[in-house]
Amino acid sequence: MRRTSVPLVVIVSLALVALLVYGVVGAADSTTLDDAVKADEKPPAPTRSLPALAGGEGSLADWRGKPVIVNFWASWCEPCKAEAPLLERAHTRLRQREGTVLGVTVSDASGDSREFMREHGISFPSLRDVDGELADDFETKGVPESFAVDRQGRVVAISRGQVQRDWVDRALRMVGA
Amino acid sequence: MRLAGALLAALALAATPALAAEQRTSLPDVEDEVMCVSCKVPLNVAESPQADAQREEIRRLVDRGLTKEEVKAQLVAEYGEDVLAEPEDDGLGAAYVVPIAIVLAMIAAAAFVVPRWRRAGGTPTTSAAGGPNVSDAELKRLDDDLARYD
Repeated sequence: MRRTSVPLVVIVSLALVALLVYGVVGAADSTTLDDAVKADEKPPAPTRSLPALAGGEGSLADWRGKPVIVNFWASWCEPCKAEAPLLERAHTRLRQREGTVLGVTVSDASGDSREFMREHGISFPSLRDVDGELADDFETKGVPESFAVDRQGRVVAISRGQVQRDWVDRALRMVGA
Repeated sequence: MRLAGALLAALALAATPALAAEQRTSLPDVEDEVMCVSCKVPLNVAESPQADAQREEIRRLVDRGLTKEEVKAQLVAEYGEDVLAEPEDDGLGAAYVVPIAIVLAMIAAAAFVVPRWRRAGGTPTTSAAGGPNVSDAELKRLDDDLARYD
């Protein structure tokens, strides 16, 4: 190899490494919220005012001072159907403490969401996150995902995927319901 | 003048149905530009109950006489931007700017470093024939040495 090629090879190699590092870092999922919850830091739950499925606007901030489980769901999501009875039972428990399960629909037509609620006997309120901004704030990767939020508006437990009975029981204890 | 006005009006009237016909859309025209929101693939290749529901929704909107852009706008209002196969262009985001900046920085670095490297003797001097460059004194000494073996 001619010696003039050496700096060029070094520079091209550095460029490739820099692009690779940028690609890997950019593709990595954000786990800030999960890490904070695991470290028992109780990070503040993101809040946004969104259209409510029943009409008007709503926000998690409306429930400040009350225990809440935020559940991201969609009518086309099979695990959402499976977990619906558990969440409805959790909602009954939370209502006794003036709290709620707060649904947030993602990538779902409002008519389909309402039909899903009727079909599965869901009585908890839901917001429509059409632009996925709240889902991004909660660092969701899909549906269903659930977040237990205590009376101070802090995230204390996360379920990435379909909730199980033991997670719901633990979440209810942690939010004081 | 009046005749010209009447002609223009007649032309405009004649053009209206043609424009309307141009704006009419169809399910195949829309479904290759939107995604199945549950399966995350283009709707025209998606096979799922949700894909069927979205196709039904598009048919309903087409039957209402909406244009393709209006149908897509309705779908975005229901499902969000992710329903579009090609999301709205938000300009140059970090995903484009950072790699371009890295490549430009490296080109600038090469433009700066390579000439200096050459000037600093990075390239060994060579004769036109590709061999080492030899001074006249060295050539004379070589000839003298060779002469001793003659």
